[in-house]
Formats: sequence, C-alpha cells, structure tokens
Amino acid sequence: MSLLDMIGPVMIGPSSSHTAGACRLGLVAHHLLGEAPRRAVIGLHASFAKTGRGHGTHLALVAGLLGYGPDDPRLPRAFEEAEAAGLSAEFRDVDLGDVHPNTAHIELHGAEQAVTVQGSSTGGGVIRVTEVQGLGVNFSGSNPTLLLRYADAVGMIARVASTVAADGVNIAALTCTREARGGQALLAIELDQALSPEALAFLNRWPDMNWVRPLPKLMDG
Amino acid sequence: MTTLESLMNAPAPASAWVLAQDCAETGLDPEAIRAEMARRIGEMRASVERGLRSDARSITGMVGWNAKGLWDAPDVLGAPLLRRVQAYAMAVNEENARMGRIVAAPTAGSAGTIPGALLGVADHLGLPDERLVDPLILAAGVGKAISKRMFISGAAGGCQAEIGSSAAMAAAAVVELLGGSPRACVHAASLALMNTIGLVCDPVGGYVEVPCVSRNAFFAVHAVSAAQLALAQLESFIPPDEVVGAMASVGRLMPAELRETAEGGLAQTPTGLAVTARMEGREGESGMIELPMA
Repeated sequence: MSLLDMIGPVMIGPSSSHTAGACRLGLVAHHLLGEAPRRAVIGLHASFAKTGRGHGTHLALVAGLLGYGPDDPRLPRAFEEAEAAGLSAEFRDVDLGDVHPNTAHIELHGAEQAVTVQGSSTGGGVIRVTEVQGLGVNFSGSNPTLLLRYADAVGMIARVASTVAADGVNIAALTCTREARGGQALLAIELDQALSPEALAFLNRWPDMNWVRPLPKLMDG
Repeated sequence: MTTLESLMNAPAPASAWVLAQDCAETGLDPEAIRAEMARRIGEMRASVERGLRSDARSITGMVGWNAKGLWDAPDVLGAPLLRRVQAYAMAVNEENARMGRIVAAPTAGSAGTIPGALLGVADHLGLPDERLVDPLILAAGVGKAISKRMFISGAAGGCQAEIGSSAAMAAAAVVELLGGSPRACVHAASLALMNTIGLVCDPVGGYVEVPCVSRNAFFAVHAVSAAQLALAQLESFIPPDEVVGAMASVGRLMPAELRETAEGGLAQTPTGLAVTARMEGREGESGMIELPMA
C-alpha cells in the first residue's frame, strides 16, 4: 500500500471495489491468457452478483478482459468494444463458498489457450488473486508477477529461482501449490521488476515447463 | 509503523516526512510520486470541471444535476467558499455516478471530499495547483496511517470509515496548504474524524449516489471547518490515534445492515425500496446479461 493507492486509482466510476477492482481482475485474466480473448464465462459471487450491475461491474470485467485499465475512457462502452473485438461474455450468479463478497471466477478462452482466474476486489481498487488454473495462489498485482505451471519435480523452485536471480531480479513473495505429488504444480512469484524476455524464453524452453506467463504490475503503488 | 502520533511530531512540513517514510518503505522514487500526484491533481480538476458543466443523469436517475444547479444558483448566503467547496465535491461524485473518470481518494464513493476542500480552498484564495502537490501527499499519508488500524471502506466500517477518512485526509491537506504545523494538520484530521463517529453507510438501492453525492459536499465543508479550528490552535482532546481506534471499534459494533448492504437506514425507506425494485426490473428476470456473440 503506497501513497498512490490512497489518492488513486484514477478510474471510471462509480465504485472503486465494484468497478476499478473488477477491471483489474479482468486484466489478470487478459494477461494470463496471452492471446486475443474470444469467449468468457464469468461467475459473480455475493455482492458482485447482488449490486454489480448498477456499478458497472460487468462492463469493468469485460474492459479488463480486453486489456483496458480502470481509467480507460472506453470502459463504459466495453460491451460494444468486446463485440467489435470478437469477444463474447456470459455472466452467471454463483456461490463460491466462504470467500470475499466481491469475488469473480473468470474462465477465458482464446483461439489456442484457456485460463481460469478467481480473485476478490478488497476495497479502494485493490485486488487479491486467489486461484489460477484451479490451483491456489495469493498475489495482488502490486508487483510484476510470474506464473509457471509444470510437472512437480525435485528442485524446480530452486531452478526457477536461480534463473530469476541470474536475471538480476529480486523475489518479493512466492507461493507454490500442486495438485498432487508429481502432479501439476503452479508457482506464482512476485518480483521487484519484470523478468527480461530472454529469461522468460529460457524458462519456456524447459521440457517439463508447460505454461509461463508474466503478469505486469497492475497497481499504482 | 506510521501513526498519526509520529506524523504529528514530524519536522515541518509533514508532507516531506510522509514522502520520505513511504519511499523508504516501498522503494519508489520521491520525484516520481510527486509527478504522479501533480498529474492526479490535474485529473481531480478535470473531473470537477466536467461535473460542474454536466447535468446528465446517472443510470438510476437519482443524481446528476445537483453540482451544476448549485454552481449556477445565486450565492444567497454570501458564502462563496462554502458554495465552491460543495459544488466541487458534488461535481466529482456526480461524474463518478455517471461513469465518468475520477480519482478515488481514498475510495470512489468519497472521491469528491478532497477535491472539494483542497481545490475549493485553493481557488477561493487564488493559489496555483503546484501548491497542492505536497498537501495531497500529506492527505495520502494521513489515509495510510488510518488504514493501518482501520479499513477505509463503508462496507467494512460504516461511512465513518469512508467519508470520515476522506474528510480527515482533506482537513490535514488544507491545514498544510495554509501553512499549519504538522501538529495542527493531524489535529485537524482528528477533529474531522471525531465528528464522524457512528456514521452509517446506507446507499439507496446499493448505488453510490444517495446519500453519497451530497454527503461528499457536506464532508468537504466539514474538512474545511476542521482545518479552520486546527489553524486557530484548537486540538482534539482525544489523541488522534485513539480517535482512529474508537472509529474502528464503532465500525465493528455496527450491524452489517448499516454497512453498505442497502439493508438499513435510507436504503430501507419506502422510496429506497422502490428504487431497488425499479432497478432490479431493469436488469431482467434471469439475472444474466449476455453480450452478442461475435
């Protein structure tokens, strides 16, 4: 939390938690998909489902999926922009259980790939991403974040960490979850700076690595 | 941890101390923060100007024309500062309600209070926008100190947490703008908070419109009033951090119905319930919005 989070974000109204935060959740899915989005299925939980419509939560989520930030003047026209860009979106009211009342579950498909993201808008435009590709994570987008999916094996975290260190980048926080021992694992690393394209390409070339996505810094502070 | 007590005892100007502390913590560049704050003052001013000109209704039709109406009306009380501060604050929140671009400060629902108080006072006195950068940094520092002990959203702590925080931030900023000491800045914030305790968050229909827009106008004046008291050396009898603690405890005691759920207060009046029913009707029976398939 920095001074720029207290006076900010610069955003399109009306609600920092229902609009700016929702847009940032959409942005996470946009960046993690890594290609043009074609179809989205968005589950809205509790307060997002109850009071989202009048607050532009639907517009903000679609704006984020298109890659627009919370201050983008196209946000109120996001549905028209989505149609022009070939993105269809379907909204459902869902019960995601014991999670923050402002939570969305996003399933986003492109021509080649698909991604699922679940996250909460916790107030003042701040978000917390809690699930990616069905596995638990915990990051806010206040740092550049690197997400990797690979087959669980001894030494993977150490190998990734040394690649990050060799790129001269410091690790701020790291979470790792796996489906089962030897199953698919998801590593989310919050970084002080974004990783170089060379380091990303290097990680992508590993045979046991099946998904590498850099997420840019999404918050002001 | 930055507390209001530490801020009160910082060397003057308080904003320079806040900026140094924050940059040490986050590793951000002080000049970059100052440049961004200057840009945000420009954004605040643009939202005020758009809001004073427009009388377009919000999606619910509950707000949209009040700022322009006040700004265009004769100043019958002969209180130009009062009218300016109120009109600026409402201009920002009406822009917000009609999906216009604003600066959340600290939230979107309370976005008009700081521009109302700070830009309103500066324009009344003929002070240039460059003078507002440091006061805005101080406002952010006060908000950060409050948020360390208390959430700043109406859903978490009632409207005291939301507009009370913005009024405290605005009061401190106005005191620094007018040359007050760090001690006076923090006491202004404390006085503004003390007089907000117990304020319920009861948006009609759940929308950030009624009573939020006019509440920003009231609390922008409230902030200026607190600044005036503190500049005359009046102080908050209860130490500022204790006031924040009291606000946090009242927020926790408050039932959920009074914390932005639209299940209490003005939201449950016959008119409030009618607005809810009307807006739900607009959204269709299925509760689904479908985009056209490409």
